[in-house]
Amino acid sequence: MKYIEAIGKYFLMIKEVFSRPTKWSIMKNLILKEIDDLVFGSLGILIFISFFVGGVVAIQTALNMDSPLLPKNLIGFATRQSVILEFAPTFTSIIMAGKVGSYITSSIGTMRVTEQIDALEVMGVNALNYLVFPKIIAMLFYPFAISISMFLGILGGWAGSVLGGFTTSAEFTEGLQIGFLPFHVFYSFTKTFIFAFVLATIPSYHGFYMRGGALEVGKASTTSFVWTSVVIIILNYIITQMLLGK
Amino acid sequence: MIVVEDLHKSFDGTPILKGISTVFEKGKTNLIIGQSGSGKTVFLKSLLGLFTPEQGAISYDGVSYGEMDDEQQRKLRQEMGMVFQGSALFDSMTVEENVMFPLKMFTNNSKREMRDRVDVVLKRVNLVDAHKKFPSEISGGMQKRVAIARAIVNNPKYLFCDEPNSGLDPRTSIVIDNLVQEITQEYDITTVINTHDMNSVMEIGQKIVFLKDGYKAWEGSNKEIFRTDNEAVTNFVYSSELFKKVRQMYQEEKN
Repeated sequence: MKYIEAIGKYFLMIKEVFSRPTKWSIMKNLILKEIDDLVFGSLGILIFISFFVGGVVAIQTALNMDSPLLPKNLIGFATRQSVILEFAPTFTSIIMAGKVGSYITSSIGTMRVTEQIDALEVMGVNALNYLVFPKIIAMLFYPFAISISMFLGILGGWAGSVLGGFTTSAEFTEGLQIGFLPFHVFYSFTKTFIFAFVLATIPSYHGFYMRGGALEVGKASTTSFVWTSVVIIILNYIITQMLLGK
Repeated sequence: MIVVEDLHKSFDGTPILKGISTVFEKGKTNLIIGQSGSGKTVFLKSLLGLFTPEQGAISYDGVSYGEMDDEQQRKLRQEMGMVFQGSALFDSMTVEENVMFPLKMFTNNSKREMRDRVDVVLKRVNLVDAHKKFPSEISGGMQKRVAIARAIVNNPKYLFCDEPNSGLDPRTSIVIDNLVQEITQEYDITTVINTHDMNSVMEIGQKIVFLKDGYKAWEGSNKEIFRTDNEAVTNFVYSSELFKKVRQMYQEEKN
């Protein structure tokens, strides 16, 4: 019952986010600030993780190819498929649930605890539109970060497998081109857009409706990370079934 | 003027406000006092429209809040200024940006006009060198003054203060009390202050509403509060040793 109530409250929050808009001259600056904080501020960790995970995926694939009948270009193929289909859109989003999600929940939660949200509401400002809408718009730039993650994941795979002596650059590149379906990129970016919305709204919900003090802000951040990850994984399954299933 | 009639509010089935009726007059500092848990904050937040009462009505200059549509309620809120207990300043903004915020939100004034207005109100609260500082870089008393400046920058009709002296030393408390009273008279606004500070009661309590367990137990002025025989009020007022001695002296004088 508690969960059904929370889901209902979440959708009512979304409705409120898109009503009574804040003046554009103010909103414009808020959006630019959020793009900087949420997207550009996450690029460092995203670049680091993508490169090394891509490398590990390639090395693991190479190490598990025991049969001499398997062509070496399979390493490039497997790296591309893993990175484009799952690692970049899904697992990066889960990492972002920790980084961006915790930031959103704790910043909005602190505003709740210190009565800053009450101050906005007393002034007649739609606090949800003011605080959450710029985050949703900023996260529309999230696919840009994911495309960087894809590129660096594959680059990491190339570095791991070629510099590690598992395959040649030509074989790896050949593997990258085998059976390439542009639809997989479309599938991947569709997921990314949906995850971006989830990443902006679920942590906002947990921050906005939290009660208590500083300790509860920490708890809300943890809960927000758990639920954002759970929703991303469930949606990943549903979208995959819908777009790639037969 | 704010008129409250038979106000009831409960949370999870527990009644907090149990039929409060009173009038808060324009140009006066109206105080809501009572012990912790007596319903003061819920009452103040109901006056602000943050809580919807289950029964009763609140009228602002003759217009009932319950009968206003969303647009009218929003407009009314823009006529309200609020000073929160913890100041509630936006910590990512400077003092100047905090005070300018309501102007940016609800007026189409030029930047120059907004800056001039901010200068006027910051000067009015005796803060002239803090424009570019962040709330974390100024003292609690200064934060309260910024909060007052933000509350009055848009020329409100109603000013609400939740425990404005909380966390301040007695000297700064008096400065804040006097500032609120002067602003109330100067701007001719309806001010409602939620407090349990007896110094404020003595200094600026032109109208006092005493709450006990969600009921209005007494109302009067700072001149009357020390003469009342209402037991709930005397228990509250004379709970400190200082005021017990004052009462003793008063009774000795009387006898």
